Amino acid sequence: MVTITYDGTFEGWLTVVFEVYEYKFADVEICKKELFQPNVFNKHRESQFDQQKFTRVWKGLAAKLSTSALSALYKTFLSEEKGIENVLLSYVQYTLNSKQSIERDYSNATVLKVAQTAKRVYRESHRMEAFVRFQLTADNLYYAICQPDFNVLPLIQKHFKERYADQRWLIYDSSRNYGIYYNLSVVENVVMSFDEQTNKGKNIEIITDEKEELYQRLWQQYFASVNIAARKNMKLHIQHMPKRYWKFLPEKHAF
Amino acid sequence: MSERLTEKLSILADAAKYDVSCSSSGSSRKNENKGLGNSKGVGICHAYTEDGRCVSLLKILLTNHCIFDCAYCVSRKSNDIKRAAFTVQEVVDLTINFYRRNYIEGLFLSSGIFKNADYTMERLVRIAKKLRHEHNFNGYIHLKAIPGASDELLKEAGLYADRLSVNVEMPTEQSLKLLAPDKNRKDMIAPMKYLKGAIEENREEKRLFKKAPLFAPAGQSTQMVIGATPENDMQILWMANQFYEKMKLKRVYYSGYVPISNDNRLPAIGTPVPMIRENRLYQADWLLRFYGFKVEEIVNYDNPLLDTDIDPKLSWALRNLHLFPLDINKADLSMIMRIPGIGVSSANKIVAARKFNKLSWDNLKKFGIAVNRARNFVTCQSDHFSFKDWMPQQIKERILQSGTSKYTPNFSPQLKLF
Repeated sequence: MVTITYDGTFEGWLTVVFEVYEYKFADVEICKKELFQPNVFNKHRESQFDQQKFTRVWKGLAAKLSTSALSALYKTFLSEEKGIENVLLSYVQYTLNSKQSIERDYSNATVLKVAQTAKRVYRESHRMEAFVRFQLTADNLYYAICQPDFNVLPLIQKHFKERYADQRWLIYDSSRNYGIYYNLSVVENVVMSFDEQTNKGKNIEIITDEKEELYQRLWQQYFASVNIAARKNMKLHIQHMPKRYWKFLPEKHAF
Repeated sequence: MSERLTEKLSILADAAKYDVSCSSSGSSRKNENKGLGNSKGVGICHAYTEDGRCVSLLKILLTNHCIFDCAYCVSRKSNDIKRAAFTVQEVVDLTINFYRRNYIEGLFLSSGIFKNADYTMERLVRIAKKLRHEHNFNGYIHLKAIPGASDELLKEAGLYADRLSVNVEMPTEQSLKLLAPDKNRKDMIAPMKYLKGAIEENREEKRLFKKAPLFAPAGQSTQMVIGATPENDMQILWMANQFYEKMKLKRVYYSGYVPISNDNRLPAIGTPVPMIRENRLYQADWLLRFYGFKVEEIVNYDNPLLDTDIDPKLSWALRNLHLFPLDINKADLSMIMRIPGIGVSSANKIVAARKFNKLSWDNLKKFGIAVNRARNFVTCQSDHFSFKDWMPQQIKERILQSGTSKYTPNFSPQLKLF
């Protein structure tokens, strides 16, 4: 058994896939560099990202899979689930071994697993599109902090860029410690030093705009007023809005 | 100043909440020229209230002053409540500021009728126009078409709104006459007909000229109050079906009546909201729109009421046992969708996957279908759960016993003490 470590990026993982074919490894385990624990029984190989290898695998896959299946692969990767790299490797092997596309062979455990994981990641990205709440700072930046279950910021940046094309915004994933920032022309990744306790960045201006509190209060009022007490159904409420998201939702903080 | 605004918002949101539509999907308004907002077809529910309903739009009345006296409505003339009205600027500011903070997908604006229909409609249109033109706003706008408003105003409304809706309120004309003596059904049907024509015309135009302006890209919808009047499910669903077929509506909403009045024409205050019935109606509605069912298969003269203890697809299957069992590895997609416990996406999965392998119960379970219901109607590559010739009543008992419905307490004749 060979353990291959890589840099943790999607491109890095595709490089590993190339090397599995290149060196004809039969029995491999892929693992992120920072999670690697040496094991006396396994050989270890460290893989370096290689643009050419990455492109060749990606093109090979694109020839056999539809765009939606390719995007499902990427989403599944973003789930960061333990061992998901190995599931994805066997998906790739199954794809390259078959003449026709296998993306809809749901009776195959690997294909079903990828379809279902991609669905869960999609759902989380859709939730983030819904539950991100911006606050306006005094220097006209709309900023939001979130802690999504999966690494979904790469999936939602297009949505926010198209929607808020005329405002500067920052969405920060405080559990993965990076954010996406839109400066009115492009979206870029940013890293800030971050205070876990207060959930506020040390180097962002946290002086909020004077109107910010008013609009949060109005939103809380609105949220309370549209509720129909005679139809109370907390189970459904929590099912749709799980408690782990409440921390960042102003409407769930009584005024 | 801000306190007055908060109070207004609480009054006018409270009065608007009985309008159940909150959909923000199906539009196609792109953000061009770096404006604000983008409506790309997929709706987003930004929050859910404690009653479990979604909050997608800022749903408010422009005012709750009303010249009408409809018995089922909180804003009726004779009701002694606080009245308020927003200014145009206030609605615009609220919408823009909520939208920028990602609280909402857009605005759902309705209003009590003040002075007359046209006067009210004109105010609504003015707000939508201001949002679109002065603020370059591409979020979702749902406007209420006020019954009796002129065609010119409706046309203008369609140019700014993504969706328009006229509520028929009551499933039949008699009920409307009884509870809303100031309204008449003709005034409601007329704008619907006009919008249907205008929407179809615009789609045709769009097909020929890509640059033609959008006209209500998310179509029109309506709402009926359920349980305030004696109509049965058959009348309600047949009416809904008419709206889908004849008026090409995108949605018909069913709103279980929430008792708000001591009027003796209506259920008394404290009567429970008919939530199960409402739920079953929505399930039936889905069968009509996505599962290829005909309305008379779901409710007809022999079965005018939907069962409350089982879902409408299961009741249909129990009445049509001669069509089952189906072989999951051979049956048509349209029939697989009719199997209780299998939804549209599982059905598609089944049809795609069986090209590779014969499917077994194990596969079906992993796809996430409701096996306890489906196993009574299906055969597949396996000898487990072999199909037996049960009577419909036996199947129903088996299913009810194998799971617990969230509505179970409602079916028990026993009084609950604690």
